[in-house]
Parts: sequence; C-alpha cells; structure tokens
Amino acid sequence: MSEPILEIKNLNAGIEGKQILKGVSLIVGPGEVHAVMGPNGSGKSTLAAVLAGRDGYNVTGGEVLYYGHDLLDLDPEERARRGLFLAFQYPVEIPGVNSTYFLKAALNEIRKAKGETELDAMEFLALVKDKMKLLELKDDLLRRSVNEGFSGGEKKRAEIFQMAVLEPKLAILDETDSGLDIDALKIVSQGVNKLKRADNAQLVITHYQRLLNYIVPDFVHVLVDGRIVRTGGKDLAFELEAKGYDWVTKGEPVPA
Amino acid sequence: MSTATETIEGLVQQEYKYGFVTDVETDSAPPGLNEDIVRLISAKKKEPEWMTEWRLKAYRHWLTMEEPLWPHVHHPPIDYQKAVYYSAPKKKGDGPKSLDEVDPKLLETYEKLGIPLKERERLAGVAVDAVFDSVSVGTTFKKQLAEKGIIFCSFSEAVLEHPDLVKKYLGTVVPYTDNFFAALNSAVFSDGSFCYIPKGVRCPMELSTYFRINAANTGQFERTLIIADDGAHVSYLEGCTAPMRDEHQLHAAVVELIALDHSEIKYSTVQNWYPGDEQGRGGIYNFVTKRGLCKGRGSKISWTQVETGSAITWKYPSCILLGDNSTGEFYSVAVVNNFQQADTGTKMVHIGKNTHSTIVSKGISAGRGQNSYRGLVKIQKSAAHARNFSQCDSLLIGNQCGAHTFPYIEVKNTSSSVEHEATTSKIGEDQIFYCNQRGLSTQDAVNMIVNGFCKEVFRELPMEFAVEAQKLLGVSLEGSVG
Repeated sequence: MSEPILEIKNLNAGIEGKQILKGVSLIVGPGEVHAVMGPNGSGKSTLAAVLAGRDGYNVTGGEVLYYGHDLLDLDPEERARRGLFLAFQYPVEIPGVNSTYFLKAALNEIRKAKGETELDAMEFLALVKDKMKLLELKDDLLRRSVNEGFSGGEKKRAEIFQMAVLEPKLAILDETDSGLDIDALKIVSQGVNKLKRADNAQLVITHYQRLLNYIVPDFVHVLVDGRIVRTGGKDLAFELEAKGYDWVTKGEPVPA
Repeated sequence: MSTATETIEGLVQQEYKYGFVTDVETDSAPPGLNEDIVRLISAKKKEPEWMTEWRLKAYRHWLTMEEPLWPHVHHPPIDYQKAVYYSAPKKKGDGPKSLDEVDPKLLETYEKLGIPLKERERLAGVAVDAVFDSVSVGTTFKKQLAEKGIIFCSFSEAVLEHPDLVKKYLGTVVPYTDNFFAALNSAVFSDGSFCYIPKGVRCPMELSTYFRINAANTGQFERTLIIADDGAHVSYLEGCTAPMRDEHQLHAAVVELIALDHSEIKYSTVQNWYPGDEQGRGGIYNFVTKRGLCKGRGSKISWTQVETGSAITWKYPSCILLGDNSTGEFYSVAVVNNFQQADTGTKMVHIGKNTHSTIVSKGISAGRGQNSYRGLVKIQKSAAHARNFSQCDSLLIGNQCGAHTFPYIEVKNTSSSVEHEATTSKIGEDQIFYCNQRGLSTQDAVNMIVNGFCKEVFRELPMEFAVEAQKLLGVSLEGSVG
C-alpha cells in the first residue's frame, strides 16, 4: 500500500472546554473516497474544522499526519497551500471581492508554495473556462462577488468549482449535500466524481445517505458521539438509511 | 491555537513611508499670528492691495470666531500663536522661472514621493502642481495646457496674472465668514492651485496638485480654486504627505469649485498626511473646507476621497446644487487606525429643480480609531423633484475602535425623494478563515475584504490613483490583524 494521505490517530478535540471528538482514528489513502456519516451532534463538522485548522477548537489528544507530517502544527493557509481543501457547509460571502480575482489569488498562493510560476490573468481565464464546463456553471457566477447573494445551491456549486480549479490532494466536503435539490445534488456529485484521481482523496461528510447514491465511497465510517463506531463498504450506508442511526448505537450485529 | 480576539487585536505599527524631512534652507515668518504677519505673507507674494485687504478682513473676522466643538473628535486646545504661518524654501534671486531652476533637493523629494514633476516624464500624462510647505515649486505641462486655453498654475501666480478671474470667484463658494478654519485660511493662505477650463474645453489630461508639509511647526494653508466654464470638463487629483514629527501640525485648506452650465468637475483626493505614531503622538490636524457650486444648469461636481492619513480629519466636501438638473456626488473611503480620528462626510444642498445627489461613504476603523460620518442632505422648497441617495457603510476591525453616523436630512418640498441606507459590519473571523482555507494569508485576506468593501468608491478614481489607493489602504491597515 502506498503512503496514506491522511492518518488520524486517536484524535481528541473539543470547543470551549467541551470534548466532542473522543478518539477518532482514520486512514485515507490515495485514490480513495471515504464517507463519514453520523447523526447531528456526533462531531462530523468538528472533525472537518479541526482538519482545516479553524480557530477556537482545542486538540487535547492524538495526532494527525498529512503525507507523514504533523498537520495540526500548520496554519490553515499552509494546510491549504499543501493541498488540503474544505468545501464549507456554509460558504462565506465576501462582498465586493470578485470571484475570479479571489480564486486566482488562491490558486497562485498554492502554485507559489509548490514552486510553480503564478498564472497571469489570461492563463487563469483559460483554465477557468475548462473547469466551468465540468460543473455546468453559468459564467455570471464568476463575475459576481464571492458567494454574495448566491442561492444555497449556487454556493455549493461554487465550492466544488473552486475545488476543481485548486485541484486539492485531500478534499473534505462538509455536508455538501445539505440545502441542495436533487438536480443540484446530481451536478455537484458528478463534479466530485470527475475530480477523483489516483493521487487524490475525498473525505465526504454527510448526514444523509442520498449523496452516496451519486458519490460512491470506498469506505463508510459511522461517527456517533465523537467515536467511529463502525466502518464498512458502501453497503453500510444503505443499511444506515434503512435502519437509522439507532441501529449502530444499539450495537446490533452487522449482517453479512 | 489563539482565539479570534487575539488574532484581530495584534496591532503592529506600519512605518509611515513618507516621514522623511528634506533639508532645505527656508525663509520663515516668526511664530504667531497678527495683522503684521498677514501683511508679511501678502507682501512676500507681492500681492495687489485688494488681496491684502481681503486677507485682513478675513483675519479680523476670524478673531471674532470660535473654534468649532461639534465634530466628534478630541484634541488638546490648539495654540494658534505657536504655529508658523509662512515657510518657503529659500530662493536664489527671484525664484525659479522653470523647473530647471528649482532646488534639486526639492525635485529629489518629489522623486522620492513618486510624483512626476519633470516634464520628460510625459508618459505619466498627469500635469502636476507641487506645493512644498507654503509655496508652489513648479507646475508641469503648462504649455500644452495653455494651447487649449487652460490655466493651471499656482494660486499666487493666478493672483498676479489672472486677477479678474480670481476676484470674480474667490470666496464665492466658501466665504471667509464660513467657518473658523476657512476664515483662518483666508487670512494666511500661502499658495495652492488655480485652474480655469474655458468654454467647451475638455481638459486632455488629469490635473494634479501634490501637497507636502516639510518644515517643523508649520501650518499649511493652501487654497485651491477651480472653475469649469460652460461645457468644460476637468478631472483633478490631489495628494498629500508630511514628515513624521512628534508635534501636531495644522493643515487648514480651502477648496472652491465652480461648475458653470453643463460643465463637469471631478475632484479626487488621496490624503495621506502623517497620522501620528501608534501612541497617538504627532500627526497632522487636517481641518479642511471643500465645497463645490453647481452654478449652471446640468452641471456636475463629483468628489472622491480616500482618507488614510492625519491624526484628526475634519472635512466635508460638499455640493451646492444651484443650477437646475445639476448633479452632486460624494464617494469616500476614510480609514482610521491606532489613535486616528476622522469626522468626515458631505453636504448636499439642493436648490435647483431636478437636482440629484449621490453619497457613498465607506468608513473603516481599526486599532483605537474613531470614524464618524456626518452628512447633511438639504432639499429646499425650490428644488422640486430633487433626489438623493445616501449609503453609509462602516467596517470594524478589532473591538476597540468606533464607527459613528450622523445623518441630517432636511426636506422642504413634497416632490423630492431621499433615501438613506447604512450598514455596520465587522470583518468576520469566518471570512478570514474562509480566505485562509483557500491559501491566502490573514493580511492578504484583510486587504482583499477591505478593498472589496471600498470597491464602489475605488471605481470612481482615475485608474492610476485607484491602484495607488488600494496599496495605501494595505499599508494603512498593515498589522491591524495579527
């Protein structure tokens, strides 16, 4: 097996003194799609926040390795520059900042960190046009300010579009399916599937099974009360959908 | 991981880039103010009798006035007898006839400031009048402008060469009785720029004045008068810097604009006077009266200002919309950091029919800065179908600064409409994190968010100035978020 992209070892973390993650362990290898499922309040979004380095979360135990290096020691921007991407559950509006300008600045930071030359406006636009087709985006989205006045679906699509342009090594999708109607869900998940490569990985965080009709995970992890209580293949997701989260918490045996 | 408050509070002082002093010999008046000083200034400028008399009248009126206390700013009382009211780089003989005769040290100064004063730098395409302490040191592109009949020269020169125009318009928009600082300026103004665009002429280049205070304890009192005759167009830029000094220095300027029938004046300012240090020591007191008169039908005056400097700013570029169908605009970005205080805004006085005004004000407060927007929209009975739209947005960085809004609205007829929108927001931790997560540093994120916030104003600035303003904003707020 090749070197894993992400190794989470017995991670304990919380916010404002409240412990939320109580020993999470997870290994994500290249080319893999992992789904983390769980009921509300199980710690899914905390996991995403800690991995991305959001302020205010305290790690009280365990470690996280990213390509073998300590991830938690890095500033959020450094993690991003090394290829970690978080698709936000609630993408943030930045009034007055043009989406194209924003994304070009972001891409060039990542390219600089990799020792590549920065793209100029023309090169960047050519790249963007390519990626736009992938997500069937209207190009007026790019002329607007970052997420400003976007509908819920537009915001999520814009997140996946950013992901397409930035080409992360590890993409964490935090409840990307929430607030999407079925058409938007299809477009977003098709985009995600097209971005899957042998050398990158996706960590898909979701409450519902329905996203997994479109994004097929290699592994499904069930997170309950800050612990991964069960890990399985994609069938686990269907069972969860059929039987509800109570089924795992009550510890019934997994049917073969 | 640090908490959000710590992140946002980490204030570091960015060194003021223009804080150097130029070592030139100066010819200065003794400190203090009395009729003799007023006469001395007038004599130094070889002014005609009528000008001296006007100054003296202004001085006598000033003596009867009180310094205004209503602005939302605080400072120790100013001792007007301690300031020096006239300081000029010492001239050899009768002073420079052309730029070649200007003291090379002065040219170097402007070089350092990035001001294209030498005509060979034609590519810049901007005609510049530079005012050093109290006198104008040189005006570029004079000849090319003269071919179109445009007069662009120092105020002193205009008094001597174009007395009829000066007499006709001086004090017609800002009379010396207007306010305390306008009266003081009228008595002791030393120089400034004068500009006249004749009928139907569209000025082929941006006109620009660059003000620099150099000498210690010196007040700078320039006076600018711009007249656009029927159908004329002009775009005018103003920039300002000063050395770093521990004492406060007073800058009390007056700008008068007159727009005749269907003419247009666009006046842009990037004000970057020394703001004082991070403890609030030193810095310029910027008490300025700027007003434009839309005298003719269909005339238009547009003010755009980017205010990043000064310890205290007290300034309300205004429009009197006298001509029917005339238009007034005010676009402003005011930044305060550390201990800076700004009380700025505009007055739109609608007198003519179908007059329109637009106010877009963006205040940014960081550190312990206090930023006030003060604006008056007055629609007189005669101003049928007048319209105003005002938008005042405040952005707060950190939790020790303040933003205040004082809108005054007076409407005296029933056919007019006035709209006022105001918002206050903080740069959100979530906005910064979002940018960080895309690979941008916190400082870049703040610059980007602030520039986005100011976009509606920046797009009103001439291109080169807009770029300059964005950079300046970055410097002013550098370190405001740790």
